[in-house]
Amino acid sequence: MPSTAAGAAVRPGGRRLIDWQDVAVKIALPVSAMLLALLIGAVLLLLLKVNPLEAYAAMVRGVFGSTFGFTQSLVKATPLLLVGLGICIAFRARVINIGGEGQIIAGALMTTWFTLQFRDWPGWLLTPVTLLLGFLAGAFWGFIPGVLKARLQVNEILSTVMMNAIALQFMNFLLRGPLMDPEGVRLGTYLPQSEQLPQQVWLGRLVPQTLLHTGLILAVVLAVAVYIFLWRTTIGYRIRAVGYNPDAARYAGINVPFYQAMSLTLAGGFAGLAGAVEVIGVQHRLLEGITSGYGFSGIVTALFGGLHPLGTIPASWLFGSLLVGADMMQRAVQVPSALVDTLLGLIVLFVVSTNMLSRRWSRWRAARRVQSKSAEAPALAPALSASSTQEVN
Amino acid sequence: MAIPKPRNNSGADATAQRRIQRIEMCDIVKRFPGVLANDRVCFDVKAGEVHALLGENGAGKSTLMRQLFGLYKPDEGEILIDGQRVEFNSPADAIRAGIGMIHQHFMLVPTLTVTQNVALGLKSSREPLTDLDVVAKRVRQLSEEYGLKVDPDAYIWQLSVGEQQRVEILKALYRNASMIILDEPTAVLTPQEVKDLFATLRRMVQEGHGLVFISHKLYEVLAISDRVTVLRDGRVIGTRETKDVTRDELARMMVGREVKRLRAQPQQAGEPLLQIRALRAMGDRGTEALRGIDLEVRSGEIVGIAGVSGNGQRELAECLGGLRKATAGTILVAGKDLTHASVQQRLQAGLAYIPEERMRDGAIKEFSVLENMFLLDHASPKYTHGIFLDFRRMREHAAALVKEYTVKTPSLETPIKNLSGGNIQKTIMARELSREPRVLVAAQPSRGIDIGATEYIHQRLLEQRASGQAILLISEDLDEVQALSDRIAVMYEGRIVGIVGRGQATAEQLGLMMAGVPMEEAMGAAPTAPTAEQPIEVSSVV
Repeated sequence: MPSTAAGAAVRPGGRRLIDWQDVAVKIALPVSAMLLALLIGAVLLLLLKVNPLEAYAAMVRGVFGSTFGFTQSLVKATPLLLVGLGICIAFRARVINIGGEGQIIAGALMTTWFTLQFRDWPGWLLTPVTLLLGFLAGAFWGFIPGVLKARLQVNEILSTVMMNAIALQFMNFLLRGPLMDPEGVRLGTYLPQSEQLPQQVWLGRLVPQTLLHTGLILAVVLAVAVYIFLWRTTIGYRIRAVGYNPDAARYAGINVPFYQAMSLTLAGGFAGLAGAVEVIGVQHRLLEGITSGYGFSGIVTALFGGLHPLGTIPASWLFGSLLVGADMMQRAVQVPSALVDTLLGLIVLFVVSTNMLSRRWSRWRAARRVQSKSAEAPALAPALSASSTQEVN
Repeated sequence: MAIPKPRNNSGADATAQRRIQRIEMCDIVKRFPGVLANDRVCFDVKAGEVHALLGENGAGKSTLMRQLFGLYKPDEGEILIDGQRVEFNSPADAIRAGIGMIHQHFMLVPTLTVTQNVALGLKSSREPLTDLDVVAKRVRQLSEEYGLKVDPDAYIWQLSVGEQQRVEILKALYRNASMIILDEPTAVLTPQEVKDLFATLRRMVQEGHGLVFISHKLYEVLAISDRVTVLRDGRVIGTRETKDVTRDELARMMVGREVKRLRAQPQQAGEPLLQIRALRAMGDRGTEALRGIDLEVRSGEIVGIAGVSGNGQRELAECLGGLRKATAGTILVAGKDLTHASVQQRLQAGLAYIPEERMRDGAIKEFSVLENMFLLDHASPKYTHGIFLDFRRMREHAAALVKEYTVKTPSLETPIKNLSGGNIQKTIMARELSREPRVLVAAQPSRGIDIGATEYIHQRLLEQRASGQAILLISEDLDEVQALSDRIAVMYEGRIVGIVGRGQATAEQLGLMMAGVPMEEAMGAAPTAPTAEQPIEVSSVV
């Protein structure tokens, strides 16, 4: 589905740039899936003797009821989008990156440490350098499992999960030791968090009185850049070739392990950047729970966006809104947080399941198109059975 | 002649259904948007006969049979089984009714064993446990009964194409199919395998099976069928008793005009461009697949490799293409040692390789035609600005190639998996030949491809030869090898057992060598009567 989208956009001499029927179906599918999930959620709410309408109203109000709520959904969308972009690259190369959490931490740690070391640097220099270093630290955290996979065929799912644990414990150690806020020590609170970062490194606010920061713009620009990278450059071409068909890539002389390692490294970089942005854009310090699970929900976001960088933009806003709305619902109607998590899980499950329907739709359309254009009946049956065994993820 | 045998219960569907005596398809109409694929087609097949369905690609043979197998639904017309009207909504319905289909592209899971593939999708007699031992026993029994030699415990990926086809037939037999449709079954087989297949088919007919044999190869149709129906442009041109028709008549019916045969004219070969010396390599099964290959291909020469599949041809091609490591020996291209070179170095040295598995190695099926055209050259400075692809120039080049190689595709952006096999192969040929290689390795270039595309591909190969390329043609289609090659090297068990010049050996003699008979002995064997006029036909239509 992403490739057809790319094809449509790339076709200047074609008949239609945008296939509206196609777009309509692809929007209608996830939306109806979401409604279905909300319906099941309503049953759960009723069991808790909560009026579902009231609860959902609170959810909507949470996002659209105030400027703060709305901007907050974008604040949460930013790291989701950044992590999701990396996931797009990795999954396109058929490399499964579960290490987003660890990579976020790596980026956040590096940013915090560097900023505190060089706190006298001016903001115009410190901010970009620290973002870049955050990217590099995350990239390094992705590079290790990447190389292990390329050189020793270590399963990247396993190694990235392990890298998560290492990063998490390392951060916990630092926050309770060398990086702990001297203020906390002085006051005796001993909170596991770092000192606040100097103000000149903070990302600018887009809307006053909110937390919305310029990181959002960075993320959207990068989404376009990743799209161009994947579909318009030779490296992106190879990454996609490796992901779709490693045998053919090898035949074409493409170094398959190299590009797998590279895509895992890039994925780590984007997650690291998300960590850096979270630190200097929102929290202004490093603290426990800095990842907020973005390393995992970023995977869902990217899948929901069809593993397409541009599709991941609206997907990340949707998930950001869900997080904010659920938060509001919990406070407004006093439901346990477990229920909110359940609801989010349901939505994710339903929406991601529609991916399959959407794929089927694309395939059906493609088959129809070929039938109407060439005189030959397409070999549908073999194509179906052959492709089902080799679907990416 | 067909006495329904009591069915064995250990089989798939223990509901031992009645043997089908006759299937009729009446006035079948199938439309695809813009195409009338079947136009009031009538077709019938009886138990105990082979009914051949002959026609060019696009004539509607496969479409017709896919409707019988429940893959498509007819727009008009009806299907009768023993006089009863039936409607199939899926292949499962057709299978339940006793119809089997052997597709051109096999539907097997490579990482499972033969037995597991046969059992796949069937209910075990010991749910929830598997009953693979029972299945294996029955598979063994069936393979003995029908002469389908295959090891039930072997993994599919270890098997040759011919063996995989046997597994498909076993699958159908195991499911108690009494009518079996074979879609171009010989397209992938060696002469020996064809012979074995025909023996199996005859045994199946004796057992009371009815067979539909889809083909475009005339002499095979003449050799195996009892009746033949010719389709052209979706219509039935006629149905004949095979014993009453001649080859020329069928050819005329099939293409609607007179038919000419094509073969390579003798040509002076130049300096050696591809030299292989004492080449050794391991196979997938961990045994040595190449045991010292010595071969030379000169400029302006086509050397054909003949052999029964699984005798090292695939490994040889992969060694040359850089996909398999040589354990000993050397490969020289235009004097340059490429034995351990990377694929990139091979490409730069002027080696082109058309892989046997075109959908696995040769193309990325999710990629568009355009993207597939640039699988090798996407980084060439001609089509890039730095790391950015220059789509305008890529598109120009690809459009020119699509036109030159008459690739039928709705657009350059169409995913290549939506094209027919012939058009995919043309795309691969276009990509490889447009690089103007000095040495071309073509593995099974026409396997499973229709007459028109095959003819085109053969013409192209001859043109490349005329322009001074050295071509190594690896094919399990002996006719193809004989028609195109200046010299034929026969491979057996990882060695070249003999090299003969054009026309020096008959198909029979080559067949003996392919079976492992030493060259001197094989060439000494008196050619049996009709082989001198073995139909050497590459592609027939002009």
